[in-house]
Amino acid sequence: MNVLNFIRKKFFSSPIDAFLTLSIGYLIYLTIPPLINWTLIDATFSGNTKKDCVAGGACWVFVKMWFNRFLYGLYPNEEIWRINLAFSILIISIVVYRFLNPKFKRYLFIFLVLPFPILSLMIFSGGFLGLAPVDTREWGGLFLTLVISIFAIIFCFPLGILLAMGRRSNLPVIKYFSIGFIEFWRGVPLITVLFMAGVMFPLLLPSGTNLDKLVRVIIAITLFEAAYMAEVIRGGLQAVGRGQYDASKAIGMGYWKSHIFIVLPQALKLVIPGIANTFIALFKDTPLVFVVGLLEILGMVNLAKTNPYWLGMATEGYVFVAFVYWIFCFAMSRYSLSIEEKLKTTN
Amino acid sequence: MGNIIQLNSVNKWFGDFHVLKDINFEVSEKEKVVICGPSGSGKSTLIRCINRLEEHQKGEIIVDGMALDENTKNISAIRSEVGMVFQQFNLFPHLSILENCTLAQIWVKKKTKKESETLAMDYLKKVQIEDQALKFPGQLSGGQQQRAAIARALCMEPKIMLFDEPTSALDPEMIKEVLDVMVDLAKGGMTMCVVTHEMGFAKEVADRVVFMDEGNIVEAKKTNDFFQNPENERTKLFLSQIL
Repeated sequence: MNVLNFIRKKFFSSPIDAFLTLSIGYLIYLTIPPLINWTLIDATFSGNTKKDCVAGGACWVFVKMWFNRFLYGLYPNEEIWRINLAFSILIISIVVYRFLNPKFKRYLFIFLVLPFPILSLMIFSGGFLGLAPVDTREWGGLFLTLVISIFAIIFCFPLGILLAMGRRSNLPVIKYFSIGFIEFWRGVPLITVLFMAGVMFPLLLPSGTNLDKLVRVIIAITLFEAAYMAEVIRGGLQAVGRGQYDASKAIGMGYWKSHIFIVLPQALKLVIPGIANTFIALFKDTPLVFVVGLLEILGMVNLAKTNPYWLGMATEGYVFVAFVYWIFCFAMSRYSLSIEEKLKTTN
Repeated sequence: MGNIIQLNSVNKWFGDFHVLKDINFEVSEKEKVVICGPSGSGKSTLIRCINRLEEHQKGEIIVDGMALDENTKNISAIRSEVGMVFQQFNLFPHLSILENCTLAQIWVKKKTKKESETLAMDYLKKVQIEDQALKFPGQLSGGQQQRAAIARALCMEPKIMLFDEPTSALDPEMIKEVLDVMVDLAKGGMTMCVVTHEMGFAKEVADRVVFMDEGNIVEAKKTNDFFQNPENERTKLFLSQIL
């Protein structure tokens, strides 16, 4: 009886409620069962070729056969262990991080943010200690997605902080440079920025000099996202009361000390949701690197679906990519929430 | 004995608004001066000029023999000798009370963590909140926060303490605990400059009382004189309203 009462109260309390409940129920009935049928019940999981998919549902054989390509792009199979090694270290470090005492946490954090990414890049590129060189043109798939977004995130965050502080500076040169920088990068579409970085920029360089295309792309995305980051952080800086500036000045702290110890910790805490938002947007912007011929995970799917043996597999590919993107974005979102929760102090 | 704070015909404008009009003001060492006056009279601005939280546009301000001007190095030297307590406490909400007190010792005075914590605990004991040291400001009452803010300022071992309406944001029952701490501090021989409406406090500890109105120092006298023989009509009116 209780259950019936609950249902009546929550779902049928008025004619409008009843109507909404019924129509939404009908919508769910229309969409969910076919979706489950397609992805699971009628789907084919075993087999090696498209011909094995006869059940009428999703042909996951396509994803299975192309799995390594979607993950690693055209990276040579016998060298894939390098990528696995670096990302295993990353994942293990993140897990171990939770259990360390604050002092080691700081060391591990610094290691993860600076030496580790550079070390990983060297391992990925090879060319030393008997590691075969792998050209960045062969990098791709989810691996490339992660390389681009991790580097862009690491660089755009401090740059965004500096730009936000610059925009609030009293020094006209710094202030107007920051404003100009932010407004320029926010005003142009990312796809044109990438095109410029990939295609136009080398033409402007003196002949003979060569900056790797991947590096140019990472720099472009970093500058682009730093402008957004700056505005998010500026919002936080503005929310920190004048009294905090006064108090930190009054105990003898100068501009940098006040910002590092007093203002930024409070400002950044306030804008964690905005920062997470920018990082997620950055992550989802990475497929645009196709304009300069780099194929991250979505690019690899686009490549695979045009393979003559696998025509007509676009839906499976896109569903798979959507699922992978969703996992990462959802993880970032939850992680930002957990940081917010952890930093909560009673004010 | 020379004056530790000396203001010579100081003028300040906020835009078109003339906040400080030709102010001459001095505080000698160990002297306690109370500044009172109606709101908007420029008294807060005056003491904020002394550690250059506000910049004056004309005249000179000399604190402990150092002139306040565009020279940045000078300013941080002066600020490390002048402690300030604010109406809104302005504790750092993301740091514990102890960290509030040690931060500047460590990063400005370059002391070790241990030294600065010992000193901080000494001052927290003096203001009687040593048992709150590990809490965050948001967990303390207004009176406790203000006492913590006083301890934070004292941790820099200043020669001068400035108080900008330290009890105005407090519930009545908490005013006394803060004033008690300030009275103790005064008896300990600190040079103090206090903007306040607490005339009881002024009578108890002040050597001199300064009355300001509309950016002018209207009257400045020894405490007894000030309360018993106010000369200016404006002062008399103010005193009749506040006492």
